Amino acid sequence: MNEIVVLSGKGGTGKTSITASLAVLAGREAIIADCDVDAANMHLLLQPDFGRRIDFFSGELAVINPDLCTACGKCAAICRFNAISILDNQYHISPLDCEGCGYCARICHPVAISMRQRKSGSLFISKIRTGSSMVHARLDIGAENSGKLVARVKNEAKSIAASENKRYILVDGSPGIGCPVVSSLAGANYVILVTEPSQSGLNDLRRVFAVISKFRIKAGCIINKSDLNKGIASGIRVFLKEMGIDHLADIPYDNSFTRSMIEGRTIAEIQSPLKDTIEVVWTRVQGLLNSNAEI
Amino acid sequence: MIESSPLRIAIASGKGGTGKTFLATNLARLMSQYHKTLLVDLDVEEPNDHVFIHGTLESSLPQYKMIPEWNEAKCTHCGICSSSCAYHAVIQLGTYVAVFKELCHSCHACSELCPAQALPMQPHEIGVTNIMIAENLTFIESQLQVGEEQAVPLIHRTHTLIRENELHDFPIHIYDCPPGTSCPVVAAVRPADFVLLVTEPTPFGLNDLQLAVDTLIKLDKPMGVVINRCDIGNNEVEAYCNRMQIPVISKIPYNRQVAVLYSNGELVNGRVHSATVAFGQIASYIRDNI
Repeated sequence: MNEIVVLSGKGGTGKTSITASLAVLAGREAIIADCDVDAANMHLLLQPDFGRRIDFFSGELAVINPDLCTACGKCAAICRFNAISILDNQYHISPLDCEGCGYCARICHPVAISMRQRKSGSLFISKIRTGSSMVHARLDIGAENSGKLVARVKNEAKSIAASENKRYILVDGSPGIGCPVVSSLAGANYVILVTEPSQSGLNDLRRVFAVISKFRIKAGCIINKSDLNKGIASGIRVFLKEMGIDHLADIPYDNSFTRSMIEGRTIAEIQSPLKDTIEVVWTRVQGLLNSNAEI
Repeated sequence: MIESSPLRIAIASGKGGTGKTFLATNLARLMSQYHKTLLVDLDVEEPNDHVFIHGTLESSLPQYKMIPEWNEAKCTHCGICSSSCAYHAVIQLGTYVAVFKELCHSCHACSELCPAQALPMQPHEIGVTNIMIAENLTFIESQLQVGEEQAVPLIHRTHTLIRENELHDFPIHIYDCPPGTSCPVVAAVRPADFVLLVTEPTPFGLNDLQLAVDTLIKLDKPMGVVINRCDIGNNEVEAYCNRMQIPVISKIPYNRQVAVLYSNGELVNGRVHSATVAFGQIASYIRDNI
């Protein structure tokens, strides 16, 4: 089983549209995981049936029982997250600020503070029209721990892939370089980077690649909107060569991305000049993974 | 207007790549022609405002989060630290105490509950904040060190730095926020008086705008929407804004010249008519309505 993670560093480079197209090309051979749990979009293209929903709990939340509280103020004094404040002689805990460390509950002598499990999102295991399954999630508003939800999404996808003997897990990651990205990289065999030829795109590509190199995972790159800035596009190609990143494809600016979104389908399923390019990418990635396996 | 306390405008989006940095840098440059303006790049994982705003570096401050450091000589192996850490960042293994700094939330519980004072809190570098001067604009950028996973402590540190230094004297603050809707965004928009949401008129743009709006409603933040590349998709974003009674402050048409200037790291204000009109609209909305 091979795990392919699609990342970009910078947002809005076309990561999700490309992942969804690869999902269609992979068909029944791949389990799909949408690990961009902060702002999940792949369901808009693959229309999963939201078949099974699992509540996701992560960490805890402190709650004050006003009947037991003596308003001594010790909790507010030790809280490093400024989550506890006093209003009309009554202490309150702001759920958005509480990080669930439990320090206040531990030192509250009248035992007025207790820790409760915190629901931070929902996980879905769905059927999609490719005949395969997709694992996706939604983080609750302002919730924390998206890294943990990412790990959970991936683990569900892995166990389905193992039990159904799938060849691939295809993961749509999130932008940035922080905990959700690191979490989506754990166990990956190959990373597809989707970038664009802008100063910001290249900047972010460098930073996300620095994270990938720490995990020693092989990577390839697609330059989307490649005709936007020829100078920077060739700068990116030089960077790819220097770093030993496979240059998978150049995709010129094209409205297929927007059109496919509006139709609720992937680029692989609409009339688009980009179809062939994406098919070539998928063939290449499969080839690279198989040759890696032989080594 | 705006005499005593600054007007803090956060620029957020939900979806990445919709034009937060584009709007933040151009708007900051425009507003700095009329008011002393502070631009703060809080997209600490992938900061890019520096690509567009070039200033002279005033100071470069390493930023830290506090983490416990085990003092073996003092430790009595009582296990209180290990049992008091909600994040499994402090773990006692026999007579050894391991601290996993990337898991630590700096709550200080282990350190202050340790009866032997064997876990003093020590600063651990997580990134850097650069303060730059670019004409009438002061520009602050915080950058998370590659390998660090938590953006939130650095965002908090940056806000604290602004509060505690003379920087709050600037009448206009513009915060360029990270994408998404989870904890880093909440931390970034928290002190803002008004949030400008940048989106695009596509199903992805709409979906992520709705998530961002839900978050801001929960935070009780007033907001307005800017629709970037307003002619590329459909009308559903605008219909949603009307339904939710969120003002659409400006619509910026797609323009290849804008995309090219942006890709080269250049500001477009004053160079592309349609975008210049839009930035003017946004600036006057801020002056007149907020």
